[in-house]
Amino acid sequence: MSLLEVRGLAVEFDTAEGPVRAVRGIDFTVERGRTLGIVGESGSGKSVTSLAVMGLHRGAAVTGSVRFDGTELIGAPEESVRRLRGRRIAMVFQDALTALHPYFTIGDQIAEAYREHHGGSRKAARARAVEVLGDVGIPDPARRAREHPHQFSGGMRQRAMIALALSCEPDLIIADEPTTALDVTVQAQVLDLLAGQQQARGLGLVLITHDLGVIARIADEVLVMYGGSAAEQAPADRLFTAPRHPYTRGLLDSLPRLDAPEGEPLRAIPGSPPSPLAPPPGCAFHPRCAVYAEHGSPLCTADRPLLRLVAEGHRNACALDEVTTG
Amino acid sequence: MSTASPHAGRPEALLEVRDLGMTFPGPRGSLRRRAGIRAVDGVSFDVHPGETLGLVGESGCGKSTTGRMLVRLLDPTAGRVAFRGQDITRTGQRELRPLRSRLQMIFQDPFASLNPRQTVRQIIAAPLRAQGESAQAIRREVRDLVGLVGLAPEHLERYPHQFSGGQAQRIGIARALATRPELVVADEPVSALDVSIQAQIVGLLERLQRELGVAYVFIAHDLAVVRHISHRVAVMYLGRIVEIGERQQVYGNPAHPYTRALLSAVPLPEPAAERARERIVLLGDPPSPADPPSGCTFHPRCPKARELCRTEPPLLRLTAPDGTRQAACHFPEV
Amino acid sequence: MTGFLLRRLLGIAGTLLVICALTFAVFYLLPSDPAAQFCGKDCSADRIVMVRQQMGLDDPLIVQFGRYVLGIFAGQTLGSGQYAVHCGFPCFGYSFQSGQPVWDLMLDRLPASASLALGAAVLWLLLGLSAGLLSALRRNTWVDRTVMVATIGIAALPVYFTAMLLLYVVVTVLGLMPYPRYIAFGEDPVGWIRNLILPWITLALTFAAIYARMTRNSVIETMAEPYVRTARAKGLRERRVVGRHGLRPALTPVATMLGMDLGGLLAGALITESLFSLPGVGKLFADSLNKADQPVIMGITLLASFFIVTSNLVVDLVYAWIDPRARLT
Repeated sequence: MSLLEVRGLAVEFDTAEGPVRAVRGIDFTVERGRTLGIVGESGSGKSVTSLAVMGLHRGAAVTGSVRFDGTELIGAPEESVRRLRGRRIAMVFQDALTALHPYFTIGDQIAEAYREHHGGSRKAARARAVEVLGDVGIPDPARRAREHPHQFSGGMRQRAMIALALSCEPDLIIADEPTTALDVTVQAQVLDLLAGQQQARGLGLVLITHDLGVIARIADEVLVMYGGSAAEQAPADRLFTAPRHPYTRGLLDSLPRLDAPEGEPLRAIPGSPPSPLAPPPGCAFHPRCAVYAEHGSPLCTADRPLLRLVAEGHRNACALDEVTTG
Repeated sequence: MSTASPHAGRPEALLEVRDLGMTFPGPRGSLRRRAGIRAVDGVSFDVHPGETLGLVGESGCGKSTTGRMLVRLLDPTAGRVAFRGQDITRTGQRELRPLRSRLQMIFQDPFASLNPRQTVRQIIAAPLRAQGESAQAIRREVRDLVGLVGLAPEHLERYPHQFSGGQAQRIGIARALATRPELVVADEPVSALDVSIQAQIVGLLERLQRELGVAYVFIAHDLAVVRHISHRVAVMYLGRIVEIGERQQVYGNPAHPYTRALLSAVPLPEPAAERARERIVLLGDPPSPADPPSGCTFHPRCPKARELCRTEPPLLRLTAPDGTRQAACHFPEV
Repeated sequence: MTGFLLRRLLGIAGTLLVICALTFAVFYLLPSDPAAQFCGKDCSADRIVMVRQQMGLDDPLIVQFGRYVLGIFAGQTLGSGQYAVHCGFPCFGYSFQSGQPVWDLMLDRLPASASLALGAAVLWLLLGLSAGLLSALRRNTWVDRTVMVATIGIAALPVYFTAMLLLYVVVTVLGLMPYPRYIAFGEDPVGWIRNLILPWITLALTFAAIYARMTRNSVIETMAEPYVRTARAKGLRERRVVGRHGLRPALTPVATMLGMDLGGLLAGALITESLFSLPGVGKLFADSLNKADQPVIMGITLLASFFIVTSNLVVDLVYAWIDPRARLT
């Protein structure tokens, strides 16, 4: 049994400008000890997906299936999902300065989560907080536990956020842009920490980011999202060396790389990501797609293409897959 | 990717920056108030016509403060900036006005820097109007500019909120270029944009440089983007330049341990290459400029630090035999 | 912290001095002659001249001002010879009308004003906070809409209309109680409440409406903060998410506003006190204004400024206590 199995997950909510179908039926699986990277640009639905899995999407209509360790979460009573949150599925958010409560000490915030799920004395919860803060490499954890978030540096705050997630020994961690707000040297430390803890504890990890470099560093499996749908899914090594979807290819071509040969131009994808309020008909990517521009097919404007197996463990959602790969 | 600096022969510099410094007052009521916070300290460099100087570093390194001083959005507390040989550090706003048209700035958040109540036409025309051009000339130029940055004429009557981030940045670029400046300071112009849009804007800036011969000071934290667009690169750490030189030198054979660590921390978008790479992981966060370490300010995080580094601040000196790069390190890589 | 307090106290002293000077200057510019006021109706021109001299009104403005300010702390002797009166600390002079020391007059009226303000505050907090919270947590439902429409209506009601309506319905039509008159708390606590209940409601209604709207907006804003989402992601019960993680930050601006409002009201709710004939500082102020009783007006202005400036400091201290980011190192 997989740790997390998501099937046909769709999220729709009402905004002042009309209903938005932020996620339109995506599938993915996370195994214990493995890392799934979800990559996409703004409006791709990647963050909405993470909140929907946690049941944290308030005021949104969530449909489909989210099975965690065999238990269906969609439609389950709020109380039973709440017991899983923080305890077996934990989250790491992007900006720890705003994601941690400004009024309470770091130690309090971790101890609170621990006591909620494990009970026990205040003192034991305190001790647990200090222990996990030490685990994530915060020096002098007993003293730092008594400090407030604003007294921490950016990197230390993100470590504290990870400590909070680890405090109840979860089975799955969902990290939403965990290093985006950090400087590059600190980002490297935090990624190492996250990957190290994941390995040591055999956790499932869902890493959501816009940064393909971060994905390349720690993901085993990658899901590329565009306009609320899955564009391509593949093992990390394959995705970077043999991308199939025109969007994935475009993304990789448009990325400036430190190891690119001198004088190689960037090949930008024309246009902008679609607005979730007014998505294009058919394939969400077709208005920007180089393959569509050349081989235009009515299929591209008719329906959203579904993921289809194109190679071992590699799925592509492109009606023109055969054309692309020739 | 741009080739070697078009002015390798070093003619007259467009912009000369010498010992530039900025000390902000410390927090109110603290002991450090009088001493102040040295955000920028002893920064010197030249920018030549038509070239791009990249300014990289982590948050708090003083790169944005430096950029703001170059266009006098901030008044430096030390040193000077000369544009075409004329000292602009202490000129009044009135004498500065004719220079403004030759020295422009692009900002990180395109929406915050565009007036939401003005149409694109009004936004782009504003700097032209300030120059006192005729209405007809302005109309023509605005239309040309919009085409130049890849927007359509029908966009002219719209308001900023009707555009995506990438398009808004194009408007900001059109406004900056309206007066045909010789130098544009671009402060993190692509970091708020989606990856697929970043390449569009970088490509646009490169094309405009080729067509108009404008020089850029390109400020960014993204080392890969800076490598792509710059001819020369300056790396800043805690208010100082620790390494500066030709792009090939700084990226291909970095002399300063900080530059090395910084480059090795950037993940490559390819798992195999990423695994094969040697990495230098720095400890801790960049220190606060309010309380800089003694000696070489990088020494607490430096894998090569020795006793000398704790006491003696290193000066920038040539480390490449052909004079194409300087580094501020007692023990530079050779 | 000590340095901060010291600086703030100096700031308060400075602010009060400026307010004092401004009030003083306004009276100096007014056409009415304090000597004539003090002397009374049937006062000969000679006598007025004498009074002027005695009161030091012929001295330059700055000298008069210095005497007034110094007098507050050191006391002063007014007049000379057989007419000499010594006025001890804190000396705000004597009322032209009654001849009593201004300080005693204010002290006498303070309990009524404080009773009105504090009681009303309790009432408007209970009403405003619960309505605001309910509205925020049931956002965009009929509950929310009803509360919001009601608060607009109530906030728009003029105080004298509410007061008259209450008096008419409760006293005249229903005859539930006699016309209220102020009874000191020490004298008869039950009578104190019974007689103040109508003024409390009158004063509290407007404030409650404003506080409800403010609380609603603040709670909605706070509940959208990332740290509230984190609290939910930790698996906390919704009650705890709201009560511990959401409410404290949401109520911080409300506490700030309460401090300012209370500071202002302690020195008298002018209209409400007048409407119910409460012997408060506000009523005293209104009466003194009518009769241009300069020393009393000056005294009350300073008292009110003192309360407002001080409550400002208290608000800041409370703020630092609630929000660690505001703490000074």
